[in-house]
Amino acid sequence: MNKSVFLGVVAATTMVAGVASAQATLEAVKARGELICGSNTGLTGFGAPDASGNWVGFDVDLCRAVAAAIFGDPTKVKFVPTTGETRFTALQSGEVDVLVRNSTWTVSRDSELALDFVAVNYYDGQGFMVKKDLGVSSAKELDGATVCIQTGTTTELNLADFFKQNNISYQPVTVADDSEAQRQYLAGACDAYTTDASGLAASRATMPDAENHIILPEIISKEPLGPVVRHGDNNWGDIVRWTYYALLIAEEKGITKANIEEVATSSTDEEVKRLLGVSGEMGAKLGLDNAAFKNAIAAVGNYGEIFSANIGEGTAINLARGLNALWTQGGLQYAPAFR
Amino acid sequence: MASELSFVRDKMLPPSAPPVREAGAVKWLRENLFSGPFNTTLTILGIVVIYMIISASLPWWLNSVWNAGSLAECRDIVIASAGEGATGACWAMIRERWHQFIFGFYPPDQYWRPVLAFGLLVAALAPVLFAGQKKNMSIILGVVAVFLVVTLGLAGAPVGAWIATLGLLGGMLALAQVQPGKLLWFTALFPALCFWLLWGGSVWVPIVALMGFAVMGVAYTALVARLGPTGSALIAVFLALLWWLFIDVPLTQVIDGMMPWGLVSVDSDQFGGFLLAITIGVTAITFSLPIGILLALGRQSDMLIVKTLCVGFIEFIRGVPLITLLFTASLLLQYFLPPNTNFDIILRVIILVTLFAAAYLAEVIRGGLAALPSGQYEAADALGLDYWRAQRLIILPQALKISIPSIVSTFIGLFKDTTLVAFVGLMDPLKGVTQIVRADINWKGIYWEPYIFVGAIFFVICFGMSRYSMHLERKLKTDHR
Amino acid sequence: MAVASDVPKESFRLSMLIYDTRYRSITIQLFVLVLFALFLAWLLNNTAVNLATRGKEFNFGFLWQRAGYDIGQQLIPYTNDSTHFRALLVGLMNTLVVAILGCVLATILGVIVGVLRLSKNWLVSRLMTVYVEMFRNIPLLLWILLSYVILSETTPQPRDFRVTDEMAAAGEAPAATMMLWDTVAVTNRGTNIPSPLFDRGLGSLDIGFMTLNLTTLAYLAVIFGSIWVNHRILTAARTQQETTGDRPVTWWKSVLVLLGPVIALSVALGLHMEVPALTGFNFQGGILVAHSFTALVIALALYTAAFIAEIVRSGILAISRGQSEAAFALGLRPGRTMNLIILPQALRVIIPPLISQYLNLTKNTSLGIAVSYLDLRGTLGGITLNQTGRELECMLLMMLIYLTISLIISALMNLYNTSVQIKAR
Repeated sequence: MNKSVFLGVVAATTMVAGVASAQATLEAVKARGELICGSNTGLTGFGAPDASGNWVGFDVDLCRAVAAAIFGDPTKVKFVPTTGETRFTALQSGEVDVLVRNSTWTVSRDSELALDFVAVNYYDGQGFMVKKDLGVSSAKELDGATVCIQTGTTTELNLADFFKQNNISYQPVTVADDSEAQRQYLAGACDAYTTDASGLAASRATMPDAENHIILPEIISKEPLGPVVRHGDNNWGDIVRWTYYALLIAEEKGITKANIEEVATSSTDEEVKRLLGVSGEMGAKLGLDNAAFKNAIAAVGNYGEIFSANIGEGTAINLARGLNALWTQGGLQYAPAFR
Repeated sequence: MASELSFVRDKMLPPSAPPVREAGAVKWLRENLFSGPFNTTLTILGIVVIYMIISASLPWWLNSVWNAGSLAECRDIVIASAGEGATGACWAMIRERWHQFIFGFYPPDQYWRPVLAFGLLVAALAPVLFAGQKKNMSIILGVVAVFLVVTLGLAGAPVGAWIATLGLLGGMLALAQVQPGKLLWFTALFPALCFWLLWGGSVWVPIVALMGFAVMGVAYTALVARLGPTGSALIAVFLALLWWLFIDVPLTQVIDGMMPWGLVSVDSDQFGGFLLAITIGVTAITFSLPIGILLALGRQSDMLIVKTLCVGFIEFIRGVPLITLLFTASLLLQYFLPPNTNFDIILRVIILVTLFAAAYLAEVIRGGLAALPSGQYEAADALGLDYWRAQRLIILPQALKISIPSIVSTFIGLFKDTTLVAFVGLMDPLKGVTQIVRADINWKGIYWEPYIFVGAIFFVICFGMSRYSMHLERKLKTDHR
Repeated sequence: MAVASDVPKESFRLSMLIYDTRYRSITIQLFVLVLFALFLAWLLNNTAVNLATRGKEFNFGFLWQRAGYDIGQQLIPYTNDSTHFRALLVGLMNTLVVAILGCVLATILGVIVGVLRLSKNWLVSRLMTVYVEMFRNIPLLLWILLSYVILSETTPQPRDFRVTDEMAAAGEAPAATMMLWDTVAVTNRGTNIPSPLFDRGLGSLDIGFMTLNLTTLAYLAVIFGSIWVNHRILTAARTQQETTGDRPVTWWKSVLVLLGPVIALSVALGLHMEVPALTGFNFQGGILVAHSFTALVIALALYTAAFIAEIVRSGILAISRGQSEAAFALGLRPGRTMNLIILPQALRVIIPPLISQYLNLTKNTSLGIAVSYLDLRGTLGGITLNQTGRELECMLLMMLIYLTISLIISALMNLYNTSVQIKAR
């Protein structure tokens, strides 16, 4: 009995300060002194801890940028690994402040789950990978095939819809995670592996015989992946959204981690000056420091740098920019005006 | 008549050597392996099975690679040394990541703290397991001291911690010689010490929290003469609750402001691997023991409502899989608690696992209670002891002693089940850490090695515990039949 | 509680509620009841407030919406147009089939291992000890993951079964062949077994929320009927034995009664087997048993069998030698000694822990999550929960179903226990 009371005390003393109300995520984060970011339990290139326990990856860097914007320090962020089942609940319950974890923006998640997708940091689509010697060149030839698919995602709904629309049959093999799917696919337990095209490319890049595998041309869905916040705290959503856009604008304007100090002092471009807090009060309008976005860019680099450091060409994952190139280069990444 | 006999043997002949078939290795083989057609078949089958297992896995073990930076490198080394198509174990992954399997993301310069907590855990268990046996207790304490001297050195503990540990263990050794019963106080204080060592932070947090128990004890002794046990216990608990709810936190802050002594604070999310499994397992079993005892007593009680509630709780918890309780911790607890309370997932999981273990322990202890002859209850009543005194002095000591082996096996089961926390996103050694390692581009596609490594450690721990509990069972057998 | 014999006849005072042992228990119970009610009210209130802040409501209407996802293994018809409730039923069937199959296999294996552990054969008893200790001391999760990896890594791909024209010309055999007279194919994606087909099936009956397969019902009816008739025959035989001392020969009647109607029904319905054949990517026809299922059943059976082996061993050891010696002294043959003397007594020791192992196995089927087996947790507590975001409803419903299964099993256990209990003197 006494010990159970003691447990309550332990609980009370180690309690993470709860989110006070729907409007105060920023205050809660500031009071706590660190940002809590919901991450993947481990997805190559996008978010996983390295040998010394530091989280690295494309999504992780966005979290670090937000932390840098709030605190001026990209290390003041804690990563809470979430699974496909627990991620949205963790966000709704206030366990995490922002979820950056390959989550697809859908209308039901926006409405029913009371979440806000604030931006799209990666445009993706669901594709198929097959072995070359299978002799298949289109997903529509996959009649009767066995398809490996991760559970707990939108991909299983897309897959069911696609095969139904084309009036062909398939045998689903559900797998728990990305590496398990890859093992099954390589062992030949499924003819095709379907997930987001970025995931396919990442898998393919790490295979010992990458040239023997092809990614089929059909992209059967739109998978806009982006950071998610709770419904109802617009200021917090704005902070995450504009931190992300700041990284995009930085790429557009050629501001990098290396030259940011130099640009801040020498630039005559008014938008750059506003972005870096040299003129205007943009940071303060969001409840942050005026140099917030400068700190964010200085901490992790611009969007292009994050991309090429974690998943871009030259890394082991070797993804092309594709849809995620800037709008000026034929892609979809387009930041609204910073004024 | 005797004289007619020409020869009388007056001493025994030495026994002649047994036939070859009945002596030595041949006899043993005949008796143990080939005593009949059926047994011979079984033996041959057994040999075939062993041969198949060895021939299939031996090359893989022999081609082990210990030094490589990635799985691809491992494969290259194996092919270079053993030829095309050969397979080999890639233990280089374990070499690079072993610390994550053991400690998770615990800061490396603080590894001495979990190690120390683990060593002291054994020291704290000794007085319970060896009540009154000076010799065994001294041996255990000595072993712990040697273990800690070595491991703390390896883990790079600060000199202060080293000296404090040796001083503490030395003091306990000395106390074990004079008043071994007093060592139970260390056991009682250990949870607070362990909490502080693992999570760090201000030293005053556990001390001020423990002072709540002091408040409870003082209030009880002061009031018991006037109000009787029930009333004074209620008031004492109430006062202690007041202490924890209203005085604890501000007082801690005040003292900490004056004397900011403490360790580097470590967040729960940095726990992982076997550290997490042991933390969850040990915490849950510790806290579930008192709850389990109360539930067992409640289930045996004459009071209908109390009994019904206890039975309902026990049967509900035992009737659903642990995994649904873990999902409750992760998905549902936030619905049941007041809005905006939020504490970390490890604590929520520990609470649910504690409830889970409590229900199972309640059944184990109920078994112990039922095994006591009813004469013991009657004798207690005859002595005029009231309910709690009878339980405390007569019934529970015996019932708990009978249940120790089952408690240990419950603990083993619980410890194995801690692997399930991976499904709510925690870094258990088996699935959580393995998944993280596989997400590293260098080790993508490694399957057998982490499973074998983690399985071997689990086996050593659980097998050791079960053997020890069997030993304990034999030793505790004091029944007079 | 001790009650004084000379109760003073004094009028009731309020303080007696605390100090009088006759009333104290009532006070305590009322106190506990009030506390419990308050606690419950607190939980419900919190839940209501939390639901309101998230703009959710507690209702199970989502169960009748379109599920939209596919399930690999279905014992009852299901498509992605079916409702979430239908998916729940499919998941429940999948849970139950793993549980039942696992229990049967674990029992068979456990009894064999338990007996072999007592064998005089040194090698075999050591091997069994190693097996038991290995499985008892390593988490079940590891065994599930391992058996899944082993199954999918060591079995051939479907294409290995293919005989191409060149191979046929060269007279080469394919890399893998089907087993059991070409009816079963084990590939690395599952086991293809023949499926029963009926030329003249009875169709199915739609009764609102679910459809009943009349063919299955017919078989069930015939089988239960035969068992009942067989039981009657045996009872009649026993009555005759007890009254006259002669036991009539019944085995041919039993065989006839048990097998005849089933065979007749099969012929009437035109039962034949559809054998899987390699066409396109996969084997088509027959039934595909996915490896996630096989791995789960194997791991659960092996793991639980280790515990059952220990139960069986201790059950046999618990029967004193005197019992078998007495039986031999009466002139009973060893087989009869086992059947009539040892087993009935050992079973009384074995059955209760055995059933609690069955209970554990049933609950452990939820670990199918590790291999993404779509059981109850995978459908209702997994994909449905994830797609609808109704964690409260899904989790509560899932716990309720598991609880019901467990309670049914323990009710059966209690029934058995009371029926075999030796009356205490």
